[in-house]
Amino acid sequence: MVNFNPFVLPFLLGLLYVVYSIVRSWYGWISGLPETDRLKIKAGIRHPALILSALKEIFMEGLIHRRMWKQNPLLGYMHMSLALGWFLLIVFGNMESRIYSGTHLNAPYYPIFLKYFIHDRLVIFFETMPVPRFFRFMMDLLLIFVLSGLVLAFLKRRKSKWFGMQKTTGYKLNDRIALFSLWLIFPLRLLAESYTAGYYASGGGFFTQPIGDFLEMINPVSSEFVLYLMWWCYSLVLGIFFFSLPKSRYMHIPSEILLIVFRHFGIQPKKTYSGLSDAEVHSCSRCGVCIDVCQLNTAGITNTQAVYFIRSIREKELREKVTQTCMVCGRCQEVCPVGIRTDSLRLIKRRERYSDQLSDYRFLAENHTLLGDVVYFSGCMSHLTPAIISSMKSIFTEAGVAFVHLDAERSTCCGRPLMIAGKDRQAKDLIEFNRRLILQTGAKLLVTSCPICYRVFREEYNLPIKILHHSQYLLDLVKTGRIPIQGEFRKIAYHDPCDLGRGTKTYEAPRELLKKIGDLTEVKEEAANGYCCGGSLGLIEATQEQRNMMTSEALQCLLSGNPDVIATACPLCKKTFARSSPVEVLDIAELLCKSVPKGLSYSSSGRSHPA
Amino acid sequence: MKNFGYSIQQDNTIDMDSNDRLIHEQLRLREPSVDLCIGCGSCSATCSSAQYTGFNIRLLHTLIRRGEFSGSDREISKCMFCGKCQLVCPRGVNLRNLIMAIHSLTEHRNG
Repeated sequence: MVNFNPFVLPFLLGLLYVVYSIVRSWYGWISGLPETDRLKIKAGIRHPALILSALKEIFMEGLIHRRMWKQNPLLGYMHMSLALGWFLLIVFGNMESRIYSGTHLNAPYYPIFLKYFIHDRLVIFFETMPVPRFFRFMMDLLLIFVLSGLVLAFLKRRKSKWFGMQKTTGYKLNDRIALFSLWLIFPLRLLAESYTAGYYASGGGFFTQPIGDFLEMINPVSSEFVLYLMWWCYSLVLGIFFFSLPKSRYMHIPSEILLIVFRHFGIQPKKTYSGLSDAEVHSCSRCGVCIDVCQLNTAGITNTQAVYFIRSIREKELREKVTQTCMVCGRCQEVCPVGIRTDSLRLIKRRERYSDQLSDYRFLAENHTLLGDVVYFSGCMSHLTPAIISSMKSIFTEAGVAFVHLDAERSTCCGRPLMIAGKDRQAKDLIEFNRRLILQTGAKLLVTSCPICYRVFREEYNLPIKILHHSQYLLDLVKTGRIPIQGEFRKIAYHDPCDLGRGTKTYEAPRELLKKIGDLTEVKEEAANGYCCGGSLGLIEATQEQRNMMTSEALQCLLSGNPDVIATACPLCKKTFARSSPVEVLDIAELLCKSVPKGLSYSSSGRSHPA
Repeated sequence: MKNFGYSIQQDNTIDMDSNDRLIHEQLRLREPSVDLCIGCGSCSATCSSAQYTGFNIRLLHTLIRRGEFSGSDREISKCMFCGKCQLVCPRGVNLRNLIMAIHSLTEHRNG
């Protein structure tokens, strides 16, 4: 065979193995999807528009790395040069190889080792024709592009701060093998092509030819032997990389392609581990972006962050402590460049472990006969911050709303604290009980003071009535002129509660209301990047000292603008901050209640609330 | 005097030969902060479940510490896990993990 040499074997075997592994994994994940999701795939592949939008995202995220660019331009360039550069090398290499083979069907190794196979072709043909010259130019340019990324990747291991990262992920052996073989691929390709170009004094591009000529000049031993050795090494590292890929973090490359397709076909995370979870777990590139944003670092906990949690799932060595030590605040989910739903995964794993714990809520057997237009659910935590409840009550009265305080005497938990600990099955009883009570009131609107309740009401209760958090409801009252308000000059720093902000994307309503009450200062980490107060119910295993460290970090951030008061919209956040804050911590309802001018009321009783 | 329903003062003889303190030792390993407990009862006073029923986490923990954990798996299953107890604890005991640990250590051990 003319176009064959034994050195292609390591590459060829590696390629076969990696293709086999990817097909097997993809097949496993697709068949691991629930029936309804598999039908979505069947429907999706008949939708050219969906496929096109998926391909667009694969190109933007998998090759250009758009979200990485947003994170840090240097990090974005590094990933783009490696991914897009390698991709284009394959594309251009294939086109180039057709010129010489004259056929459309090449052996898969032919384009990879093209420069070796074609060194004996007519020199004239090489040097003069415009098309081969163009391809040689492009191939060298792309090689430089990839190598520039490689230099950055090497630098990143030493100076991760330049890339906007404080900490990088720790590696395991297989990742190291894959990483080092990946690093060696392109320098070896450069050497192999340069030696070939130098030895035959032709065939190189603007970059490889001068290097080849120089190597030929200084080389003391037979460069034919060296060039042959280089091609062997090049093929070997490619083979090693391919063989280590399926078990290494680089499996994220093929996995993310399937994950993006899943998402575009409308497949959402479920309550149990499915093929989608598998695709997410394998799509984690262990870039470590989630490490820096995790507040557990502040508390000295450095081995339970999303990247380590996901790696433990993949390697089937997940420990209980890792599953339990997470605030489920969602900060990592916001920054993940792959868009992995880390919170859903965490809860899935908690469910697997704790759904069989006993529960017995038969004691919840009372029936209210209260009726009203608005049903107010203060939530367990508000009972520990009674000022929130009394403020809400006086505002209701002020606005002349016929309200029912559902949990005035006894409070039944909304169920989310159980669910966040993986006990969904147990929470069902509480949800059913509360749901029945809420509907019995005949109200058209449910208002709650607790973002934890608010989130679970929206996500799990399936209520036929409108649900509002009190920040939204109060804003509505002020806007419709049902509550008079007299703002004063007071610097307010607002803290976004996790479940209200990232949980239900309610960022604007509390801010709009606070701007009417006082002077809202900017906080460095806010809205989607806001800190957790440290009191999270999601965090099962942590000491009070560790919680305090995270609370003081969040407080420092809030206090940086020297506010007169810290405002929050969650009784849990308020209770947590109030312990150690040097300035007053007030709920948004308390602040509003204080801004209502005394003896100046335009409320009229009997006015019904606009539903 | 009003009976709040979370008293631990009951006539009792502790028989160290029959009491099994192993569960509490395991509990201490799972959640070391239980050792901080001074038995003040704030947890039970604020408990949402206690308002409906006789559930008493302070009593339950005291009994487990003594090695009298019979029936505690059924008792702990009344907890709604809302976390108020943990917020009011003056000693910083991580009650929610303590409750998780009581679940997993006592369930399937006795009937």
